[in-house]
Amino acid sequence: MKPCFQQDGRRSFLKKSTSLVALYLTPSVFIKAFAVDTIVPTPIAKEKLTITINGKLLKLEIDARTTLLNLLREDLAFTGTKKGCEMGQCGACTVHINGKRAKSCMQLALTHQNNKITTIEGLGDGEKLHPMQVAFIKHDAFQCGYCTSGQIMSAVACVREGNAKSRASIQTYMDTNICRCGAYQNIVDAIAEVAKTGAKI
Amino acid sequence: MKSNNNTIFWEDERVDGADKVNGKAKYAAEHSLPNMAYAVFVTSTIAKGSIKNLDTSKALAMPGVLDVIYYANCPSVPGYISNAAERPKNAIEWRGHKVLHDNKVRFFGQPIALVVADSFENANAAIRFVKAEYAPESFETNFDKARLDAKNLKTNSNYKRGTEKKFKEAFAFVESEFNIPIEVHNAMELFATIAHWEGEDKVTLYDKTQGPKSTQFTVSRTFGIPDKNVRVIAENVGGAFGSGLRSWANVPAACIAAKKLNRPVKLVLTRPQMFSLVGYRPQSWQKVGIGADAAGNFTGISHEAITNTSRYEDFREGIVDVSKFLYACENVDTKYNLLPLDLSTPVWMRGPGEASGCFALESAIDELSYKLKMDPIELRLKNYTTINPENKLPFSDINLKDCYAYGINKIGWKNRPAVPGSLKENGWLIGYGMAVGIFGAGKGSASVRIVLSNDGKLLLECGVSDMGPGTTTAMTILASEAMHMPIQKIKFKLGDSDLPPGPSQGGSGTTSTVGSAVDLACKTLQQKLKEIAIKSAPVFAGMNAEALEVKNEMVISKSDANTKIDIVALLKLANQDKIDLTITSNGKNAAQLKFTSNSFSAHFVKLGVNPKDGTVKILQVVTTGDAGKIISPKTARSQMLGGVVGGIGMVLSEKLEIDHKTGQIINASFGGYHVPLHSQIPPTDVWFVNKPDPNINDIGAKGIGEIALIGFAAAITNAVYNATGKRVRDLPITPEKLGFKTKA
Repeated sequence: MKPCFQQDGRRSFLKKSTSLVALYLTPSVFIKAFAVDTIVPTPIAKEKLTITINGKLLKLEIDARTTLLNLLREDLAFTGTKKGCEMGQCGACTVHINGKRAKSCMQLALTHQNNKITTIEGLGDGEKLHPMQVAFIKHDAFQCGYCTSGQIMSAVACVREGNAKSRASIQTYMDTNICRCGAYQNIVDAIAEVAKTGAKI
Repeated sequence: MKSNNNTIFWEDERVDGADKVNGKAKYAAEHSLPNMAYAVFVTSTIAKGSIKNLDTSKALAMPGVLDVIYYANCPSVPGYISNAAERPKNAIEWRGHKVLHDNKVRFFGQPIALVVADSFENANAAIRFVKAEYAPESFETNFDKARLDAKNLKTNSNYKRGTEKKFKEAFAFVESEFNIPIEVHNAMELFATIAHWEGEDKVTLYDKTQGPKSTQFTVSRTFGIPDKNVRVIAENVGGAFGSGLRSWANVPAACIAAKKLNRPVKLVLTRPQMFSLVGYRPQSWQKVGIGADAAGNFTGISHEAITNTSRYEDFREGIVDVSKFLYACENVDTKYNLLPLDLSTPVWMRGPGEASGCFALESAIDELSYKLKMDPIELRLKNYTTINPENKLPFSDINLKDCYAYGINKIGWKNRPAVPGSLKENGWLIGYGMAVGIFGAGKGSASVRIVLSNDGKLLLECGVSDMGPGTTTAMTILASEAMHMPIQKIKFKLGDSDLPPGPSQGGSGTTSTVGSAVDLACKTLQQKLKEIAIKSAPVFAGMNAEALEVKNEMVISKSDANTKIDIVALLKLANQDKIDLTITSNGKNAAQLKFTSNSFSAHFVKLGVNPKDGTVKILQVVTTGDAGKIISPKTARSQMLGGVVGGIGMVLSEKLEIDHKTGQIINASFGGYHVPLHSQIPPTDVWFVNKPDPNINDIGAKGIGEIALIGFAAAITNAVYNATGKRVRDLPITPEKLGFKTKA
């Protein structure tokens, strides 16, 4: 493996990142089999990333291994997006990518060249809260608040997808997001109320 | 804006709600400090033994790695010194596993090294290159096996009143065994600590804790530095459910690394590490015997329990206590033993031991009701007591009967089949069940600073934390009611050890303890305002403070409402820019100590069991609380809803699985350890008695965090019995336990 990546092309990145990710995600027991030890001192190259976050175009140089979640939280201080499991199981890190919901912990940031990301910080209109945020407050759809950003991002997507037509449907399409405090009933109340208005959100 | 008697408040929603829905609320790991380094634990891959050699060379050669800290290069920590004579005077020995201290491995997944790097990616990439060579030793993690040998047990406590095992002589009795597996809190926020040494003996921590003051104490004593030199900030806590009631390995490890490297260090646990490093509800075995005469009067209760602990620490909880005082009974005996295993130490998990104990007791009572052919609520009413039979003190208040009445009506108890397995709806077997919860209601001491500024704003501060129940909101509402001031003008600040001392948030004591201090602070401030008015405002000259009241942001004469002064005008008149007081409210007074205080709950469940495959679907829940005055109705309701969700997880899915051949937890993720999801939650109705308890404190409020969960498990299993005639005494309920084979 070469020490760093010179080209910016998405394709060449993917080619190289695949092996890098494989290394990153490989259980340690297999490391030896892959003779990974030999590449240990390889410096990690910075890669160029052009990405729009909450309407702002950013040109960045980032560590190729950075997940979208860690890019948001650690590099760009968008800490509204939460880290709950880093395995795509809890939904706390849900953001919108080009308008669709996705778990940001499961995305390598570099795979989102030129994509538009919306986080909880960018959901409302400036200081004005988004109707879903207002409904969450009204229905007390959270306690500790840690899963809340992800719940709200999923909730908005759930309505946009047309999956908020009944309580049962809302529950099914919100099973992507765990709330350990147990605010589920209030979350469904909030989503159902927003969906009922029929407003474009 | 709402008006309620003479109280004015704007809305009943969470005062910190906006920051939680717009992402501005900051949790421990979300602070960023200049030059901050990132740390990740390397954990053991054996359950017990010692490390012969730890090769850190390859990890140290990885890009960005600053250090790999482990037993051989860990700086001396005063609190790690076991010999008291050698330990600095102001240090106290660290309780539990001394992380990075020695080469011993005490449980699978124990941190054995800490990789510190300049970025999270670099630290995380390097951990796999730390290679440990172990000398493994034999170990035991199998509770079910180890508890059978009495040699393995540590006697904890025994209790007896009247005759032992008296239940066996009764007209009707049951004796059953109950098993609850290890359950894990799994709060959504990962445990995290950022440590920043601002001087040789001065450190600031951003930490996930339920007690900023207790963490401050732990850190100051562990590192042998003055309390005032340790600042712990936990302004938002992303759930904890008991796991944040003590400091775990992440706290000293981050402090050690930050000190060694002389730069701030952020250490965030991973989700798998959340299963083994920050406590859990211990596994329990219980045996409950209960007997009654023909009329249903309990003649004897025997309750035995074993819970696991670690090899290096004893953890005990109130598992058998509920049997001593929830019902009138002259003959009660309890036995409680601990079983040390090669696991990490358990800790209180919501409802703690009482939740485990009530599952057994309330299930046994349900079993007995069928033997007596008596309605289980009638049986409970038969043994209802307003006097605590253990300490003979009257309950400060008990209204469980009102809870029963509400629940019976709301759940449709009259539809409950007298014969189990005899009611079907839409092809599903239908059952109704109920159970009761009880938890101590305390009142401790707390200090509150109250500041009234000449812009009319009121600030209150206390070093307590809010892990989600809504303490900030409840305290703001209390101050609003006591001061007769709109909520918008009041700010309650918490989550910082620099604030006046408050309790850890736990044991359902925060509202009673901190609330009493807030109430006292407001009353003290009102008295001060009256004194200033008499001294400075000519209209009040010569009047007595008792003749005045503070209301609607004015000091007013009780006899003449036109004799008044706005408090802002008053401060200006008196040439004061603020009134700044710090008051301390103490524990229960002599009059209050003549009572024993508890909160109570009664839970009602209607559920269906699919006769084809044993699927349990909860159809309706009614949960009722008797916890004195409800200060913050909206957040209190949410807490009860949360208890129901927690209880559903406890009964239907949660179980930590350990491979006893290796001692490894094999379901350490949300993919393997199933917590309840949206679609499992039935329509839930919450109701409170909402009557001030006159004998606990001045505000009449008791806690609800624990009673929301305590008893709920038995309500479900009792309903499953009612639906199917099958009694499940081992949690969680699975189709196999109902006699169904799972598909291969």
